[in-house]
Amino acid sequence: MSDNVLVVAEHADGQLRKINAPVVTFAVKAAEIQGGEVIGLVLGSDVDGVAQQFAKLEGLSKVLVADDDAFAEYLPAEYASAIATIAEDVDATLVATVASFRGKDFIPRVAGKLEAEETAAAVVSDVSGLEDEDGELIYKRPIWSGKLIEVVKPSDDVEITCVTVRVTEFEPAGDGGNAPIESVSAEAEGDGSTFVSFDKVQSERPELTDADVVIAGGRGLKSRENFVMLENLADLFTGAVGASRAAVDSGMAPNDWQIGQTGKIVAPKLYVAVAISGAIQHLAGMKGSKCIVAINKDPEAPIFQVADYGLVADAFKVVPELVEAIKAEM
Amino acid sequence: MKILVTVRRVPDLDARFDLNDDKTEIDTEALDHKINYFDEVATEEAIRLKEKGGVDEIVAVCIGSTDATKELRTALAMGADRGILIEANERELDAFAVAKILSAVIDEEEPDLVIMGKLGVDYENNQAAQILAGLRNWPQATFAYSVAVEGDSVTVGREVDGGTVTFKLPLPAIVTADLRLNEPRFPSLPGIMKAKRKPLDEKTPDDYGVEVTARARTVRYELPPERQAGVIVESVEELVSKLKNEVKII
Repeated sequence: MSDNVLVVAEHADGQLRKINAPVVTFAVKAAEIQGGEVIGLVLGSDVDGVAQQFAKLEGLSKVLVADDDAFAEYLPAEYASAIATIAEDVDATLVATVASFRGKDFIPRVAGKLEAEETAAAVVSDVSGLEDEDGELIYKRPIWSGKLIEVVKPSDDVEITCVTVRVTEFEPAGDGGNAPIESVSAEAEGDGSTFVSFDKVQSERPELTDADVVIAGGRGLKSRENFVMLENLADLFTGAVGASRAAVDSGMAPNDWQIGQTGKIVAPKLYVAVAISGAIQHLAGMKGSKCIVAINKDPEAPIFQVADYGLVADAFKVVPELVEAIKAEM
Repeated sequence: MKILVTVRRVPDLDARFDLNDDKTEIDTEALDHKINYFDEVATEEAIRLKEKGGVDEIVAVCIGSTDATKELRTALAMGADRGILIEANERELDAFAVAKILSAVIDEEEPDLVIMGKLGVDYENNQAAQILAGLRNWPQATFAYSVAVEGDSVTVGREVDGGTVTFKLPLPAIVTADLRLNEPRFPSLPGIMKAKRKPLDEKTPDDYGVEVTARARTVRYELPPERQAGVIVESVEELVSKLKNEVKII
C-alpha cells in the first residue's frame, strides 16, 4: 500500500491556473517525506487542454482526468464525492489543492464524505509549510491574523489528510514535465444543489493572486477616483490593483480588490501600499511579498514596520510623480 | 422553518498574548473575548430571514467553554430565540469534532437551514461547515454574500475566485456567512433584557451521544519569521533608483 499524494487541479475557462504550480511543489515535498507518488487529478468537462498543461508540471507521475458533464460547472458535492472515491482508488493518504475559494469549499467536504464512508480523515487548511517528524508529515499554517504559526499533526487513526495549500509559500514547480494522462471515471454524487449563474469580474489586469506587482490603496485615498493614479502605476508593470478592507468597506474599491485576512493573500515581487496604515489583518494578506514599499504621510503608520522602502509623504503628491518617474525609466 | 446558527467566542487578536514555555499553549485566559464576527453576521442573517416571515425559531448553538454563555446571550439579545451551550474543552476540539457534535444536534433539532460564520478569526480554519455538509451529504454554500429563501429552497450568492456565483440549494442546507452578507445589529436594550429570559440550555456532547473526536491536533506554536527592517527613502527619485537598481523591477 503506497502513501500517494493526490493533487486536484484548479482550472477556469479551459486553462490551468498558474497557482497550481506551487501546490505540486508542496506535494513533491510531502511525497519525499512520506514516500509514494504525486498524482494529478483534473475534474471537468472538455478538459483535455487543462490536463496537458497540468501534465507539464514537474513531479507528477501521472495525471488522471475525469471528464464528465457533471463537472461542467463546479459544484462542491460532485467534486467532493468524486475526489473521495478516487483518493481511495489511488491509495492516496494526502489530498491537496489550492487554498482558493474553491479549494476551501470542497476539500473539507471531501474529508466529511470520507468520514461518512468510515475512512478517518483530517483537514488542514492554508498550509504554509511542512516538516518531517519521524517520517510523518506535520503541517504549518498561519493563525491569529498571521501573528502565529500553528503546527498541526493528524491523529494516529487518520487515513487520509485533505489540505489546501497557501500558494504564496511554495515555489512554483517547473514546467518541463511530461506525465502520462489517463482517463478515469468518477461517480459524481450530487446533493441537489444546482448552479444558477456566474458573474465574472471583467478586468484587463492580471488576477491579484497571479500578479508580479500589486499596487494597493487604503482609506486615506478618500475616494474611488483617487484610485485611478494607482491603476496608472499598476499598468506600468502590467500589475494588479488591491485595497485595504477599510477602503473596500467605504466603497472606494470593489470587493475583489480586498487584500488581507478576510480578503486575498498575495505575495508578489513588489507590493506598494499607498495610504494604508498597516493593520494586522491587512499585513496578514501581504507580508509575504518579496519587496514592500509603503507611501504614507504618517511616519508612525505600522506599515513602515514591514516595508523594505518607506516614503513618508502625501500620496496625492508623490504617486503621480512616481508614475512619471517610472515611465521615464522604462 | 427553523434556523440553526452557530456562535463561538474568540479572544481579542489585537491584544498581546503569551505562549507557555514549551509553546504548546496560547494563554488566552487573561484576554478579552467577544463573539466571532462571522457568527454575528450569521445570526443577523437568520434574524433578517425571520423578520421577512416564515421562520418559527432561531436556535443558537455554541460548543465550548461555559464562559461563552455571554456570547451566546449576545445572539439571543440580537434576536435568536433559544440557545444551547454544549460544554467542551476548547483545546480538545477541532473542526471535525465540532462537525460531529453539530451533526448530532441537527439530528435532534431538525433545522431547515444552518447558517455558520465562514471561519473563526483566531484559527481561520474555514472547515467545520463543509465537513458537516460532507458528513450528512447536505447542500452547502460557503462564502455567502446574499441569501434568499423561497419555499423549500435557498438561493445563495457566493464570493468566489474571479467573481460571484449563484447556487440554488434544496432545504435543508448549510450556508456560511462571509463579510458582506450583512451588517450585524447591535443588540438593543430591550433585546438584552429579553435575552435574560430566553431559554439557554447547558449540555454536553454525551447528551447527544457523541464523543469529542479530533482528527487534527495542535502540536505547538511558532512565531513567524520577522521581516528585516527596511529603510526610509527621502524622495521619489530615491525610491525609483532603489526599484531599478536594488529590486530590479524597472
